[in-house]
Amino acid sequence: MIQINLKKSLQGANGVMQLDLNLEIAEGQFVTLYGPSGAGKTSTLRMIAGLMQPDSGMLSVGGAVWFDAENGTNRSVRKRGVGYVFQDYALFPHMTVLENLNFAKAKSTSQTLVNQLLELMELGDLQHRKPESLSGGQKQRVALARAVVQKPEILLLDEPLAALDAGIRHKLQGYLKRIHEEFKLTTILISHDVSEIIKLSDYVYHLEAGKVIAQGKPETLFTGQSISGKFKFTGEVLKLEQEEIVSVLSILIHTQVVKVVVSHEEAEKLQPGDHVLVVSKAFNPLVYKLENG
Amino acid sequence: MNWEPLLLTFKLALVTTLILFVIAIPIAYKLSRSTSRIKPVVEALVSMPLVLPPTVLGFYFLVAFSPNNAFGSWLSEWLGIKLIFSFPGLVVASIIYSLPFMVHPIQAGLSGISKSITEASYVMGKSKWETLLRVQLPQIKPALLTGIVLSFAHTVGEFGVVLMIGGNIPGKTKVASIAIYDEVEALNYDAANAYSLVLFAITFCILLIVYLVNGKYLKGFWK
Repeated sequence: MIQINLKKSLQGANGVMQLDLNLEIAEGQFVTLYGPSGAGKTSTLRMIAGLMQPDSGMLSVGGAVWFDAENGTNRSVRKRGVGYVFQDYALFPHMTVLENLNFAKAKSTSQTLVNQLLELMELGDLQHRKPESLSGGQKQRVALARAVVQKPEILLLDEPLAALDAGIRHKLQGYLKRIHEEFKLTTILISHDVSEIIKLSDYVYHLEAGKVIAQGKPETLFTGQSISGKFKFTGEVLKLEQEEIVSVLSILIHTQVVKVVVSHEEAEKLQPGDHVLVVSKAFNPLVYKLENG
Repeated sequence: MNWEPLLLTFKLALVTTLILFVIAIPIAYKLSRSTSRIKPVVEALVSMPLVLPPTVLGFYFLVAFSPNNAFGSWLSEWLGIKLIFSFPGLVVASIIYSLPFMVHPIQAGLSGISKSITEASYVMGKSKWETLLRVQLPQIKPALLTGIVLSFAHTVGEFGVVLMIGGNIPGKTKVASIAIYDEVEALNYDAANAYSLVLFAITFCILLIVYLVNGKYLKGFWK
């Protein structure tokens, strides 16, 4: 059981933000932190790892207190021994894949675990290569294996797949799932990708501006709102055209221009440049599978 | 040709570089991580020998190490060290004189290592010391080589500081650069030319090796 009750004031893009978290994570769970950038997700992981010091609160992992502002307990990064996968992989460039893993491994850990992970992550053929000669997906697998070889109590994953293209991301999600099933590590993932979250995690915390604004099982949290059959998009009005009976709006939604028909009265309230919400309901969308989508 | 001044020059450069390497790493490490307000002051002090005339440095050393002053007399009375007109004095002065040439490349190298790589090592339970030796320094080998070679070459090229603090004692403080000056004054151009050619050739070779290695012409050298 991990109990997180931490406060920290952070200097964000929009001034000072108060990070105020109260989470409880059961042992062996796969939990995701979801939310916009600047919500405090990475800071949360850094505080758990001991790379950032909270202002107040307490943190306990499996009954051991790692941080307690009251009595000044603050276990050092080195002694917390979490597994941390950094966004930029942080592989040691002067070591081979195998050396990276061996560096992370505790002396008491047997070499069998290293071999097992090399096999599980399909890194056997790459073990004598230096990181610079690996692709992004391969580096990420090394980073993941290196974090697991530490036999950490908690595995922290900071947007590990964000920089990869969809096909490789999909494959790596499979590796993550395998790792979690094999080693049953309590895992905290940061992700923006809803399908990834639904695929991997047991529980989701939705963070915004340093607070948890929603939480629950991923299926209920993410499908709850869209199951009503409503499609909602935000866009920008590009052009207004008056026709005989109706007006036609050209709206830029993401990278697509969509034409929408509205009445003259509705059109009068709008002008090019306005930001609008386009909502449609009660219709049967057609769904096509995209290759590697 | 008398080889003594040349041998003395390279002995001085070697000893200076070895000592500098050991003391520059902690200085560069502190500077690369520090956010302290006095950091610019320390950086300015370290860089001073770059711009100060060597004679200024030599003059202050002369004053400081003089047995007539408190520091100089303390050194000679308590430690029995005489730094003026002696080889140890030359070494001490050379260390200060070449300090920026060792500290700057190492500091730049350490600052260039991504923060997450260092943090990854801490997360793996490694101490700062172990991280420095096994993660940070091995990554900045080209910077270490640059620091070593520049300090060595700069010490070889020393003149003003050496003349002020060491004088011109054959076999003790008469290094090649001073010998050249001496020979020219005595109008022995052939001898001056011999010393000069040797210095010219050796320093060129040293610098060429640095640029070859760091320019990766010798591929795989650092791997």
